[in-house]
Amino acid sequence: MIAFKPVLLWSDLLLLLLLAAIAASGAWASRQEHLRAAWARVGRSRSGMAAATLLAAFVLVGIVDSMHYRTLLPGKDGKPGAYSVEVNSALDALLAGLRNRTEKTYSAPLATHLYAKESVEGPEGSAAGREFPRLKHGGAHLGAELDRHSADVAASAFRGLALGLAAWLPLAMVFAILKRRRPGTAWEAVSATLLTLALLGGPAAALAGGYHVLGTDKVGQDVLYLTLKSIRTGLLIGTLTTLIMLPAAVLLGILAGYLGGWVDDLIQYLYTTLNSIPGVLLIAAAVLMMQVLIDTHPEAFATAADRADARLLALCAILGVTSWTGLCRLLRGETLKLREMDYVQAARAFGVGRLAIMLRHILPNVMHIVIIALVMDFSGLVLAEAVLSYVGIGVDPNTVSFGTMINAARMELAREPMVWWSLAAAFCFMFALVLSANLFSDAVRDAFDPRMSHR
Amino acid sequence: MLAYVVRRVLYAIPILIGVNLITFALFFVVNSPDDMARMQLGVKRVTPEAIQKWKAERGYDKPLAWNAEAAGLAKVTDTIFFAKSVRMFAFDFGRADDGRDISREIRTRMVPSLAVAVPVFILGLYVSISFALLLVFFRATYLDVGGVVLCVAMMSISSLFYIIGGQWLVSKVWHLVPISGYAGGLDAVKFLVLPVLINVIAGIGSSARLYRTLFLEEVNRDYVRTAMAKGLPELTMLFRHVLRNALIPILTGVVVVIPLLFMGSLITESFFGIPGLGSYTIDAINAQDFAVVRAMVFIGSCLYILGLLLTDLSYTLVDPRVRLE
Repeated sequence: MIAFKPVLLWSDLLLLLLLAAIAASGAWASRQEHLRAAWARVGRSRSGMAAATLLAAFVLVGIVDSMHYRTLLPGKDGKPGAYSVEVNSALDALLAGLRNRTEKTYSAPLATHLYAKESVEGPEGSAAGREFPRLKHGGAHLGAELDRHSADVAASAFRGLALGLAAWLPLAMVFAILKRRRPGTAWEAVSATLLTLALLGGPAAALAGGYHVLGTDKVGQDVLYLTLKSIRTGLLIGTLTTLIMLPAAVLLGILAGYLGGWVDDLIQYLYTTLNSIPGVLLIAAAVLMMQVLIDTHPEAFATAADRADARLLALCAILGVTSWTGLCRLLRGETLKLREMDYVQAARAFGVGRLAIMLRHILPNVMHIVIIALVMDFSGLVLAEAVLSYVGIGVDPNTVSFGTMINAARMELAREPMVWWSLAAAFCFMFALVLSANLFSDAVRDAFDPRMSHR
Repeated sequence: MLAYVVRRVLYAIPILIGVNLITFALFFVVNSPDDMARMQLGVKRVTPEAIQKWKAERGYDKPLAWNAEAAGLAKVTDTIFFAKSVRMFAFDFGRADDGRDISREIRTRMVPSLAVAVPVFILGLYVSISFALLLVFFRATYLDVGGVVLCVAMMSISSLFYIIGGQWLVSKVWHLVPISGYAGGLDAVKFLVLPVLINVIAGIGSSARLYRTLFLEEVNRDYVRTAMAKGLPELTMLFRHVLRNALIPILTGVVVVIPLLFMGSLITESFFGIPGLGSYTIDAINAQDFAVVRAMVFIGSCLYILGLLLTDLSYTLVDPRVRLE
């Protein structure tokens, strides 16, 4: 039993807050007739439900990866040891096998040999030749029987398929029952997505025991492990940014729309000014400044993870500053429309205070815009992270993210023969994440937008 | 009309002052010039003399906004705020860290940036509108559904992958054009074909989908239905009525980016080694050359405000119903 100390990074805390907020608003929404109807419409959309399932899988990985801890190092001479400076997550513990089985450098997916030739000494230490050295871990269980390689891979993959299918069957039954209970909801799409996941994940899990399923990168880390770690970064950027900007956007948007006059002028001036600075440059300037601040105050951060986390949050905050203006403008416009509505006029005539009107009558009726903006922004933010990290103003270079992965792998395309698997892995995972976010947001928009006709 | 333009230009002044104050706060107040010097010279082993020298070389050794030691007007002018921020209104950006004049650098680098951005803009608009029209022509068929799915899939791919994939396929496998680089004059064409092509393709997904919705909104209007009922051929309807009316929101929507074309594209230019303003900015970011980043922020804001003005004017040009008071 290894003793450990849980670590709550700021981003973990915000993620918890976000999950709590989602749960609370879910509970609230389930008591509101029109919101329940809207979510039911999302449920009827096949692509929406399939995308939601895939997103849920990503979120699960992200949450597991957000449970951080520091292990207690063994003490010397009976003295209690110190806690390790390395912050790990529950995902690291689950994937300890993948994490620790590093090779020397690049190796292709499922390979048994390194991708680069190395000088090796001949048997008598005389004739030094150049050959592909064996991997330390990839296919190590084969021993000398390398001709069994393809048969072993096929057998493992088949075992994984069977395992995945076996894991999926009970779930499929649950969804079949749910489908019988609520025929309107597209449970079959959920079931089909889970089947796809099981059929892809099963073999990957089975093969990961003996091989590097997606190969290894320049310093020999398993690419599958890196891609799974990237998910948390992408999710955090996509959600925390909106979470950070949301209060300001909602507050200022409604205030500007409802109060009008100089408040409106001031708020409009504020967002036009912020909007007129090119986003990338504002982010660049802010991140550069943040980096200076972090570097000149090393005492404020206990571990490297704290430092990387501070930079991640700073990036979210500054992305929020550049992106809240759109939502604020939308909310202002909608509030302008709502304040002239009969029921708001009536409330005013009855002497309801301005604050009460804004809270009780305006806010609930602009929530659909907020929800649509929340899901619509997500995919754009995940894509933006990759670009910003490539430019060098994204996440900390030590944080695993899609952007840093692409950046590291980009140079290797010029190699002969080409190292393609890091890029391919980042591409597939990122594509799946963004595509499912896009499809889900389409379903949500269609369900919540009152301009869409619901037949 | 003229009075409106004048008023809008006057309205731009407080916004530019705001931008200026924000950049000043970001670059000089959040972190003092001492912090920046320490960052540039290496955080640990740095002497106060080295910091003083670094600051003096760049003119950062003055007080921030109020020089109590100077006399008269110099109390205000002999400060970092005046020398670095207020001067920008005269488009005087000073020198970069490598000693070159930023304004001159911007003038020479504008040309390659425009050489990529303008063809991308025009071709992209043309291709996206054509594709959207095609989808609308086949609306409510499997072709339309397939097209929308393709659009969503294309907009889910990071622009980095378009560039990496395009470079790999066209330059490395097919050996059609050089991977990166730039040359003046007509030689530039072979360097520009690939970046332009990739950017156009990368942009199709989101814009074609948006334009398709705009076209569909127009198709469902009463006057179009009437025209169809009276026996107008489908193609005439699409080109004479739907396209012309839907072009209003499309054109006014894209006008705002036209001035920003000068800024070039950060990623394209750095991947393809085009010596434009985008790669200039990226180099400045990587070298932490604050003077250049500040200058680019200011120019970008000016261009954006110009874009907003042009948008308003374009409404009156394409839609006679709109009058500016």
